[in-house]
Amino acid sequence: MHRSLISVSDLSDEDIFQLLELSRVFVEVNTREIPKVPALRGKTVATLFFENSTRTRLSFELAASRLSADVLTFTLASSSVSKGESLRDTAETIESIGADLIVMRHWSSGSVRLVNSWLDIPLINAGDGAHEHPTQALLDAVTLMDEFESGNRLDGLHIAIVGDVLHSRVARSNVQLMTRLGASVTLVGPPSLLPADLSLWPVKVSNSLDEVLPSCDVIYVLRIQSERFSESLMPSLSEFSKSFALNGARLSKAKKDAVVMHPGPIIRGVEISGEVADSPQSLIRKQVENGVSVRMATLYWLLGAGKGRLESLW
Amino acid sequence: MAPETGSNSGHSYTASAEVMTSSDIQRVLNRIAHEVFEQNRGCAELVIVGLQTGGVWVAEALCNLLVKIASFPCAVGSLDISLYRDDHALRPLIKSSLTDVPVSVQDKTVLLVDDVLFTGRTVRAALEAILDFGRPRAIQLAVMVDRGHRELPIRPDYVGKNLPTSRNEKVEVTEQGIKILKEVGNAP
Repeated sequence: MHRSLISVSDLSDEDIFQLLELSRVFVEVNTREIPKVPALRGKTVATLFFENSTRTRLSFELAASRLSADVLTFTLASSSVSKGESLRDTAETIESIGADLIVMRHWSSGSVRLVNSWLDIPLINAGDGAHEHPTQALLDAVTLMDEFESGNRLDGLHIAIVGDVLHSRVARSNVQLMTRLGASVTLVGPPSLLPADLSLWPVKVSNSLDEVLPSCDVIYVLRIQSERFSESLMPSLSEFSKSFALNGARLSKAKKDAVVMHPGPIIRGVEISGEVADSPQSLIRKQVENGVSVRMATLYWLLGAGKGRLESLW
Repeated sequence: MAPETGSNSGHSYTASAEVMTSSDIQRVLNRIAHEVFEQNRGCAELVIVGLQTGGVWVAEALCNLLVKIASFPCAVGSLDISLYRDDHALRPLIKSSLTDVPVSVQDKTVLLVDDVLFTGRTVRAALEAILDFGRPRAIQLAVMVDRGHRELPIRPDYVGKNLPTSRNEKVEVTEQGIKILKEVGNAP
């Protein structure tokens, strides 16, 4: 079976190490006067997004361009899906047109792995339902390793992932990656927004942000995905905000050098205040910036020379 | 340092001849440093860039000598050209082989440095790569060994030693000397 990037759980420790090291190669490339290399010249990368996206799609497309690949953009609204074309036919058509790799986002968990079983080209999961978003977890890890100058590890960091964990693919990818890299993770939210059975997750769970804050090095705030759930899960957004929104007063209870992250898009005033999002402790812009380098790394890893493998010095 | 025999890209090699010793290497580096100084006298600043991985120590040695001989103003960096190769399948990105160009190359003279000049394809890739850092006033090329077999119109400005070789040999350059290694058959 060809290699793809669908879930953090598919990655070996060596794969994770390679992707982190490659990401740093591309961080350097992105500082150059002309931040573009010919590494994927002649390759074609297609983005197949069944859900809206600003960051992920733009950063994958820029990453592909900076590797000199050609980019095909599929948009649901202007596609033949509205005429009734199936997911399988759509994906096979993109492969037949000549794409060498597909970056896919879909509202249904498991859809990317299903499409991967139909095709002979690599896929990158850019978010499938509430399942996974592995490149987000990788870029978050790189951002934290930069911030805490911790090499390729996150040992000793206490990370609180706060808010709508139930619907969050970002949380599912990040819990796996962060804990494998040595961090301890606490999920924080109202019981209705946490998955029902967390006994197999390598995490602690809390329903009180105020109790968890003083011991946190990292507060990772999730967006309330109101488009995915009914009102029965939560009385109101303002009720949620009262207990779980990260505002200046709450942040002052965390460690002095604690940092704030968010996968975006942020909804100011709901899960995070504008004051916190724009504060010096916020790494939100840095996450987006690193996203381009990390996505260059994943594209090169799947399509590049010698399959993008880093070889030890011969 | 590389062992007497070893494997490289699926081929096995055995040491066959030592063509330079460590004192020869020092003499050659000294001569090249003087030639570079003579050629670039009056130049504001030279940026010496060693090609990963074999050219890096040569670049650092040349920079140190230029500072010692003439207090010549130079900066030293390194360049990994894996992302620019036309044959990357042959040489995947190498771990810990970093690109570090610490100063702007805009309007400066850049001296590219490698251990061995062979087909010229590495140098072609390096020319493309260095231009992504700005527009140098001029680019020069120094190599410790020119072993022939050029496949592109590329010519070095400074050469340590011209060393005729056959294609199935490998040339190894270290501070300890220069060796020719002979291929002893393909590894599985």
